[in-house]
Amino acid sequence: MRNPLSNKITQIKPSGIRKFFDIVSEMDDAISLGVGEPDFDTPWHIREEGIYSLETGKTFYTSNAGYKELKIEISNYLKRKINVEYDYNSQVIVTVGGSEAIDIALRSMLDPGDEVLIPQPSYVSYEPCTVLADGVPVIINLKEENEFRLTADELLEKITDKTKILVLPFPNNPTGAIMEREDLEAIAKICIEKDIFVLSDEIYSELTYKGEHVSIASLPGMQERTIVINGFSKAFAMTGWRLGYAAGPKDIIKQMIKIHQFAIMCAPTTSQYAAVEALRNGDKDVEDMRESYNQRRRYLMHAFKEMGLDCFEPFGAFYVFPSIKKFGLTSDEFATRLLMEEKVAVVPGTAFGDCGEGFLRISYAYSLSDLKRALEKMKTFVSRLEVIDRNMK
Amino acid sequence: MREKILNLLEKNSRIDLKELAILLGITEQEAANEIAQMEKENIICGYYTMINWENTNKEKVIALIEVKVTPQRGLGFDKIAERIYNYDEVSSLYLMSGGFDFTVIIEGRTMKEVASFVAHKLSPLETVLSTATHFVLKKYKESGTVLPDKGKDERMSVTP
Repeated sequence: MRNPLSNKITQIKPSGIRKFFDIVSEMDDAISLGVGEPDFDTPWHIREEGIYSLETGKTFYTSNAGYKELKIEISNYLKRKINVEYDYNSQVIVTVGGSEAIDIALRSMLDPGDEVLIPQPSYVSYEPCTVLADGVPVIINLKEENEFRLTADELLEKITDKTKILVLPFPNNPTGAIMEREDLEAIAKICIEKDIFVLSDEIYSELTYKGEHVSIASLPGMQERTIVINGFSKAFAMTGWRLGYAAGPKDIIKQMIKIHQFAIMCAPTTSQYAAVEALRNGDKDVEDMRESYNQRRRYLMHAFKEMGLDCFEPFGAFYVFPSIKKFGLTSDEFATRLLMEEKVAVVPGTAFGDCGEGFLRISYAYSLSDLKRALEKMKTFVSRLEVIDRNMK
Repeated sequence: MREKILNLLEKNSRIDLKELAILLGITEQEAANEIAQMEKENIICGYYTMINWENTNKEKVIALIEVKVTPQRGLGFDKIAERIYNYDEVSSLYLMSGGFDFTVIIEGRTMKEVASFVAHKLSPLETVLSTATHFVLKKYKESGTVLPDKGKDERMSVTP
């Protein structure tokens, strides 16, 4: 029989997270700090709108690009939050999660051989989606000394004649890094000079703990070369609803709608009705959740300091990214032993790119009492490691 | 900052100063000063434990009583309220807008005990016109906390 599989797809590595998921799901008493989604339930008034839409029979397709009311609310929201104006009719598309938006944006913009700059550590899908769109991923290794922000020099170093897109994943999963206005200005200048488009994945924009989130699209000359990706999963605790969106230049959005139309048809209608309520009346929920995350963030930073785990202070998302380099273990070894010996699951930094070696992603999308239990165990583990370390010397 | 401190204390009155300070990014001294000040201003009036008595062996009956009264000349509702809330059996008392005047919440050991309070103490008050007693059958949520056991974390344990 002929090989039924495509070379392109078989050459893509499965996500490094898989291995830990498989082990953890076999253990019934493991404590996980490995989750990449909020611990909060979707606020009730939002769920209720979804239920109500079902009760009143809103069970049909919406238009391909999304339910009109929702697109209008998204456009209002972007104006309010990042101060960029988008025509709801031609510059906004509602997608199945931010992940679909990433995929179809890349597919709409890339020709074979076009290079996509991907800062890492970062979310696992940029690289495979680039490959699937026949683009060439070019990795930029971010550094802890820069708090994992992207610097102008790092960007310039990787630009070639073929560079077409820069992926800008901030606030960042897994590092929790943010890019402030000055950081973005330096990047924007280069993108304009070198004629590079930006795919700005701002899915964690509401979870910023230092000043207000700034979108690169709001900087002069950038709106016309930026696709902003956002969604409802993180801000409104709506991961299972699978709802995201992209906003950008209408020529690009038009092509994205074409792919979306053939591959997806439209985003789930129930979710879209609920999302209208989220954008209209959800600001207070977002604020409360952000405050909770911020408190846990401070608590974790303090706890790591006490147990002697080095960590730069992250100001975004719900992750901290401590360094374990001083223990002489790889991220994978550390995470595996922590899981086996103390039954605490964390994700090795390497799951988000090779330069994540020496780091762990720890999620604080857990209640404070869960975090405390896990931190107790981590502390025990780390203190044991130090003893071993000293004996070896 | 006060509101943030109150929000945390409202959810967990046992939280210690050190933890409060870490969570809010302030010093322990600052937290202590704010709390002391708020106690002084009668913003913080006490520290309670939320108990789900249903899960103990102790029998406990809670009733909510709607009370209509005629306010006394020159004394208004406050004086009547005082006569009602001074009974130990009364755990909460609110002045209401709408169809009746006071909500009285009574805790007793048995229904008989509550009924006896209404018949012998509350109703005979000269200003009380009528009462309607409702017994609580089950508590689902109190002060923002859902009392039945919270479900397990159903998220997948490790996700990107």
